[in-house]
Parts: sequence; structure tokens; C-alpha cells
Amino acid sequence: VSEGAARRSKPDLPGLVIAAALFVAAAVVAADGARLNFAATYGLGPEAMPYLVAGGLALLALGNAVLAWQGSAPREAIDRQPILLILGGFALLAAIIGLGGGFIVATAILFAATATAFGRRAILTDLAIGLGLALVIYLLFVKALTLGLPEGPLERALDAGYSAVRGSSR
Amino acid sequence: VEFLSSLGTDVGTTFQALGLGLGAALQPINLLYALIGVLLGTAVGVLPGIGPALTVALLLPVTYRLDPAGSLIMFAGVYYGGMYGGSTTAILINTPGESASMATALEGNAMAKRGRGGPALATAAVGSFVAGTLATLGIAFLAPALTRLAISFGPEDYFALMCLAFVTVSATFGDSPVKGLTSLFLGLALGLVGIDQVSGQPRLTFGVPQFLDRIEVTTLAVGLFAIGEALYVASRRRHTEEKLEPVRGSLWMSAADWARSWKPWLRGTAFGFPIGALPAGGAEIPTFLSYATERRLAKHPEEFGKGAIEGVAGPEAANNAAAAGTLVPLLTLGLPTSATAAMLLAGFQQYNLTPGPLLFETNATLVWGLIASLLVANLMLVVLNLPLVGLWVKLLAIPQPWLYAGILVFATVGTIAAKPSVIDIATLVAFGLLGFLMRRYDYPVAPVIVGLILGPEAEKRLRNALQIDPDPLQLLQSPIAATLFALTAIALVAPFALRGLARFRASED
Repeated sequence: VSEGAARRSKPDLPGLVIAAALFVAAAVVAADGARLNFAATYGLGPEAMPYLVAGGLALLALGNAVLAWQGSAPREAIDRQPILLILGGFALLAAIIGLGGGFIVATAILFAATATAFGRRAILTDLAIGLGLALVIYLLFVKALTLGLPEGPLERALDAGYSAVRGSSR
Repeated sequence: VEFLSSLGTDVGTTFQALGLGLGAALQPINLLYALIGVLLGTAVGVLPGIGPALTVALLLPVTYRLDPAGSLIMFAGVYYGGMYGGSTTAILINTPGESASMATALEGNAMAKRGRGGPALATAAVGSFVAGTLATLGIAFLAPALTRLAISFGPEDYFALMCLAFVTVSATFGDSPVKGLTSLFLGLALGLVGIDQVSGQPRLTFGVPQFLDRIEVTTLAVGLFAIGEALYVASRRRHTEEKLEPVRGSLWMSAADWARSWKPWLRGTAFGFPIGALPAGGAEIPTFLSYATERRLAKHPEEFGKGAIEGVAGPEAANNAAAAGTLVPLLTLGLPTSATAAMLLAGFQQYNLTPGPLLFETNATLVWGLIASLLVANLMLVVLNLPLVGLWVKLLAIPQPWLYAGILVFATVGTIAAKPSVIDIATLVAFGLLGFLMRRYDYPVAPVIVGLILGPEAEKRLRNALQIDPDPLQLLQSPIAATLFALTAIALVAPFALRGLARFRASED
């Protein structure tokens, strides 16, 4: 076997993983479709589209497996650390909002985590900028656009201060 | 023949309707919405990492309480403005935000390096104006005839049309039909999540109450575009380098520049509009056709690759005309064929409006106001864009960490405002990871969004068509549907035959 042929026949591992994931997705969609009760409906039941989609996904899993087997051009290098930093920022955001910590603090942390992921090394400054940005967005959304955002201690204090100022200016 | 003869009366109808639309578009409040839209669209288009689809997605939750006509006019301004801004970035830092700006980036950046950035920006702006105006007039004159045709469509015809759109959208985007179709079917699977409208049974909800409502298109788009892009750029930050070319010398085009530009503008429009208006969507093919044509027709083909103005003028016009062309199937048939068109459809749906022939009857002022406002937005852009270019360039100076941190903050605030639960935030981030993986492994993103928004529609039409007898062969009894299915089959096979085009595209990369 020549070296060139060996390189071409080398399967692309991530591609094979994607193909396997598509097979699993097809199975999940089909199993969910089979669970549906479709005796009572006329014509096509609710299970038809899931079966169609599952069939397509299974075929495409096969197609992706073939592509992966043919191999792929080398991919560019990536860093894992920034990805984990951003995902960590989101996890903290979800936790803070879920535990009632409020929108402003949660958003400031996401801002600082993302800025750090992009190479900044000034976490306190970035937290302060994030707090300022979140404050502006909060006031814009809640006061100008009358949309709701999750409240925490900081937001409640802001609201109390806001109504006190409005009350005294009258 | 009947169809053609009725085109004559359509011309009269169009002028009347455009007059009505201009009356609505020129109202001060709507002019203000259009102005906000074009400024926001340009600013956001200039920023690397945000495209027009994401901007509309971010604006949707914010505009929930605003006037429908005004919001839609603003979205249209964002759409056109985003394309103007995108070409500025492509010329000045050679990072095409979308593959349709690749030709612009190639020739325009070479011009900027030679100190001719001003004329490159000018020919892109004027070319976009010419193409956008002609294409908008094209929309206005095609719409009455198409809506009349669409009224005669039965559910099986609509289903066939959607199948055609599915295949062309996923086969023309991306470099491999298999990968495009994979993206499409992911979108179709996501479209199944929620309560089935006919039988009332939950599908793919796994007992999670948040999944009983459908997956919001905005959540998917924001996850895929904003978070996916941020993760991707962050992971490659240390391996890429961007260089901003300063705009040196005159901003204006010389007489020779004009003489070399006007024909490419018109040819680019002629490529872009029909391909955009077909349910094929996609602006890549017309831009590359235009680029190849200009290189072949040019007096100095050796300049191509080193900064030929024709290579900016033609593809930029083609790009804009194609993007405007996608509004034809969106407005007349309710058929989105690009990610941005899908977001505009979501914008209509937010106000319980369904684009299509009926909307032209029931809400003529709104539809024609929207079309007329596209002309207004275009004029605003050509007047504002060049004088403000210094301001737009300043936006490119925002440090990358703060830019992407800000993008992620704005991306999540929409979801948090609409549904502040941990499950919804986790769903958003999961879509972000999906978007990252799709970019990393070269799967196109737009078909997922089209699949999510159009999948449930296609299912509805399919079930309507087969309501009485579930035999699928019935679908072929309508000649319109049979023709469209035949075209679908051709569209499915064609990309494998047209590998040459893909190879050409890859070689430009």
C-alpha cells in the first residue's frame, strides 16, 4: 500500500462520530413517533412526519459515514480553553438566574467570562463594564419597552430607588 | 398565455399599489423606523460576527410590543443595511461575513491595499443601490402575477413547492449536498418538537414542559449564529489575524471607474434577482457567476485578484439583487429561502400575519408599504453610507473581547426576557454548541433555520392534501405538484453533476 493511498483511506474520526450521532437521532425520532396514538385521526397521522424525518436522518447518517470514510482535509487547530470559559459563563448565568440572583449580576458575569475567553486579562474592569451594560439594558427593557427581566436583590433595590425618586419629584 | 396577457393589467395595478405603499412608507413615523433600521443594519453589518439574520432575531423580542408595519419596515431596513455594512467589512478587513461577499473581499481588499479603498466602497454602495432599486421594482411587478398564481395552488402544490425549496436551499448552500441536507433534516427534526396541531399529542418533548410550545426560531437563530460564532471565533482567535486597511485617498469614483462599473452592476443584477427570486435562494451562485463573467469580459483580466473594480461592482450588485429577490417567494408564497428571510417570516408571525397571496388582499397597505419602504431604505443607504464611512470604520476598532462579550449579552437578553428559565437558557446554549460544531465541521447553518420554520408548514400541507386518502401517489395528480416534484428530483441530482462549480468556489477560498 502506497503512502498516498493510505492517507486517503484513513477515516475521518469526527465525521464517523457525527454519522453515529445522526443514527441515534433517527432512532430517537422514530421511537418517539411509534409511541404516538394515531388510530383516531383521518388521513395521515401525527407519526407520518416523524417517520419521514427519521428515515431522512438515517439515510444522511449513511451519507455522512461514507464522506467520513473517504477522509477529510486536515482541520485548523482550535483552543479548548476559551470554549470552556464561555460555556462556564453561561452555566453561571443560568445558575444565578435560576437561584434568583437577578439579571444584572448574571449578565455581568457572562460579559466578563466572554471577554476573558477572547484574551482580556482584566476581570474586575470587565465585570464593572458588564454591570454598567446590564444596568442600561435592564432600564431600557423594563422601563422603556415594558418587558420583564428576572429580578434579584439588585433589581429590587433599583426599582425601589426608582419609585422613590419619582415619588419625591412629584 | 392568459397569464402573460394579465401581466399588462398588473403593471397598472402595481403603479397604483406602489403609490399606496409610498403613501404609507413616507409617513414620518415610518421614515423614522426605516432610518433606524438602515443605521442599525449598517452598524451591525459592519461588525464582524453579526449578520442581518441575527440582527432581526435579536430585535424580534424587543419589538414585540411595537406597531407591526413600523417593525417590519425597520426589519427590511436592517436587511438592506446589513448587506451594505457587510461589504464595507469585506473590503476593509478581508473577512467576508458570508460566502456571498467572498468575491467582494477578494477584489475589494486588494483595491484597498493599493490605496483605492474609497472607489471600492463607492462602487459597492452605488452598485448595491442600483441592484436593490431594480430588484425592488422587480418584486413590485412580479408580486401581483405571482399572488394570482399562488391563489390557485392546492395544499399538494404548496407541499411540492416547499420540498423544492428544501432541496435547493440545502443543496446550494455549503460545499456538499449531503452536509446541507443533514442541516435541513436537523431543522425538520427540531420542527417536530411540541404539540401536534391536529392530534394534540406532544412530540419529542421528553416530558419537559418548556418543549410543549414549539422551539422558537429566534432561540435557534441566536444560538446558532451568535453563540456558535462566538465560540468558533474564540477557539481560533490565536490562529488568525485580521488587518484593517485604512481608507486612503479619494472616496469618489473617477470617470473611468464609473465607465468600468455600470455594466457589471446591471449584469450582476440580472444574475442575482432571478436566482434569488426562484425558490432556490442563496446569493453565492449569482455572485460567483457575476465574478466569473466580469473576469471573462474585462479588458484587463490580468487585474483580477489584484483589485479589479469590475470584480467588486458585479458581485456586489448580484449579492444585493439576490437578497432582494428572496423577498419575492417570501411575500407572495410565504416561502423563506434564506436565514434572513426566515427571520423576516418569524417577524410576520410575531404579529399573527402570514405572508402570501391573502396578505396582499387583507393587508395591502402593509405589504405595499413594506415594498415601497425598501426603495426608501435603499435611497437612505446610498446617501448615508459613504459620508458616514468614517464612523462605520470606527466600529471596527471596538476591541474584539468587548465586541463578542456584548454580542453574547444582547443574544441572551432576548431569551431571558421572553422565557427566564434555566431550561430555556440551556436550550439556547445547546444550540450555540451545535452552531459551533456545524461551523467546525463545515455544515451550513441556514438550512436548519429554514427547516425549523418551514417543516411544520410542510407537514400541515401534506396532511391537508392526504386528508381523505393517505395514498402518497395522489400528490402527483396535480400537474403543478408533479412538475415541482420533478424539479425537486433534478435539484437533488444537479449538485452532484455540478461539482465543477463547487471546485471553482473552493479554489477562490
